[in-house]
Amino acid sequence: MALYELLNLTFQFLDSFAFIVLATVGLAIIFGMMGIINLAHGEFILVGAYATTLSFNLLGVPLVLAMLVGIIATTVYGIILERLIIHRLYGRLLDSMVVTFGISLVMIQLTRIVFGNSLDQIGTPFGGISYGVYSYSAYRIMLAGAAILTLAALYVVFTRTTFGIKARATIQDEETARSMGVDTDRMYLSTFAIGSALAGLTGALYAPTITMSPDLGANFLVEAFVAVVVGGPSVLIGTSLAGGFLGTIDAIFTYVGGTFIGQVALLTAAIFAIRFLPDGITGLLEDIRAKRREAQ
Amino acid sequence: MLEIESLGVSYGKTPILRDIDITVDDGEIVGIMGKNGVGKTTLVKAVMGLLEASDGRIVFDGDVVVDATEASADDASNGVTGHLATALGLGSTAGTWVSADERARRGMGYIPQGRDVFPELTVRENLKMGESINEDDDEVRYEDVYDYFPILEERRSQEAGTLSGGQQQMLAIGRALIGNPDLLLLDEPSEGVQPSIVQDITRDLQQVNRDLGTTILFVEQNLHVVQHLAERCYAIDKGTIVDELGPDRMQEREAVTEYLAV
Repeated sequence: MALYELLNLTFQFLDSFAFIVLATVGLAIIFGMMGIINLAHGEFILVGAYATTLSFNLLGVPLVLAMLVGIIATTVYGIILERLIIHRLYGRLLDSMVVTFGISLVMIQLTRIVFGNSLDQIGTPFGGISYGVYSYSAYRIMLAGAAILTLAALYVVFTRTTFGIKARATIQDEETARSMGVDTDRMYLSTFAIGSALAGLTGALYAPTITMSPDLGANFLVEAFVAVVVGGPSVLIGTSLAGGFLGTIDAIFTYVGGTFIGQVALLTAAIFAIRFLPDGITGLLEDIRAKRREAQ
Repeated sequence: MLEIESLGVSYGKTPILRDIDITVDDGEIVGIMGKNGVGKTTLVKAVMGLLEASDGRIVFDGDVVVDATEASADDASNGVTGHLATALGLGSTAGTWVSADERARRGMGYIPQGRDVFPELTVRENLKMGESINEDDDEVRYEDVYDYFPILEERRSQEAGTLSGGQQQMLAIGRALIGNPDLLLLDEPSEGVQPSIVQDITRDLQQVNRDLGTTILFVEQNLHVVQHLAERCYAIDKGTIVDELGPDRMQEREAVTEYLAV
């Protein structure tokens, strides 16, 4: 394999990894930590992408500031939704699916009614990097860095801060957390807000690269759910490993047979994962750890 | 420290506790003994605020934390806010009810039945969870807790779910002590713990009471713990207090075993 081809495969991997991680991380936090299957996750990303694009196009603010607007708008949207609807669904897995599916449909149609079938796109910044016969978007390489930074930041928040410890404790045993002085309602709201902000971040980061239409969320939802299933119960490690594993499969098969074959390979991997690793990669790792502990 | 007056608790329409009257003074160790299914856990949870009272009052450290008396309910439901809250589906505003997290911040420490440590948090992270207890006291007592339970310092980086039953009980007690609670509530501290460790834990709780002046209220059906830890004891049966035993009667084995499944 020539060096150029290896570079091309590497860029393909970074692209897939970034997309899977950023598409998944908000969904994984809301599902893994709160037990809510948010079928409206794609529409949270939609809010971030639209708010970014509209503030860039209409207000003329710099792109970074427009992205910040996108993140804030999605966070506020998430907080309002949590207080009005979602907080009634904790511990009701199937109900949460039905309700969030309804929210998803309403959001898509509402966006279509208010903004029409498309918006003017921002345009991908930073230009391209050329190597041999290949060229690649510098912005998409930056997205891989953003995905790694996001995972690192979340790791610090959930393992090194008092908020993170309280959030994890609340998820594990809400009643005991309350008896330790934790306002668990506020903790759920904050965690949902973080999940929403991450979806907003994804929408904001991908706004310059995708066609702005009301159903853009669907582009993210499939990869996000596949990665949550493959990753398993541990939110951050699961998302990271699923991003690496699925990113590799997607990159290799896209390189060999094109985007369509890459998608087929991704979904086939998900089917195998559900069949042979029902608790995902982190579930398998936890089983191995438990067996080692028993052996000791 | 704690006054419970005519407390009643129901699950739906089924009354579980009725007419419970208990007083615990500052610095006391008081036990509530009874067999399985008589309402011990329900009582501790109601005191902690994890279950709502259907009747009665609880006063903690001079503040009313529960007032579900009929007079209080009448006052609230006759008021404009009572009607408005009901109309808006916000539930009744009758009486007073301070949430469990607020009671913890005011100084109640709680050790649940079966320990209920957070299994996927490390020992150190579990202890950190206790820091929110008793907001009036800024000091955190890691050194004291490690003195009582040195094993917790040795295993501070280990996940709590991997500890033995006795070690988990030590962690649950240590976690509640970190914030220096004024009142420590324990729900059957001997459950699932081997007898030699039960003796250690009993001794440690007495030491905590002497050193820190922590008031302790516990429910239990283990004869050893009841006789060796409590200074006086209430007996509960079929959801109501049926007897109160002072220090002298506490030492009579028959007087105690009458209320336990021994």
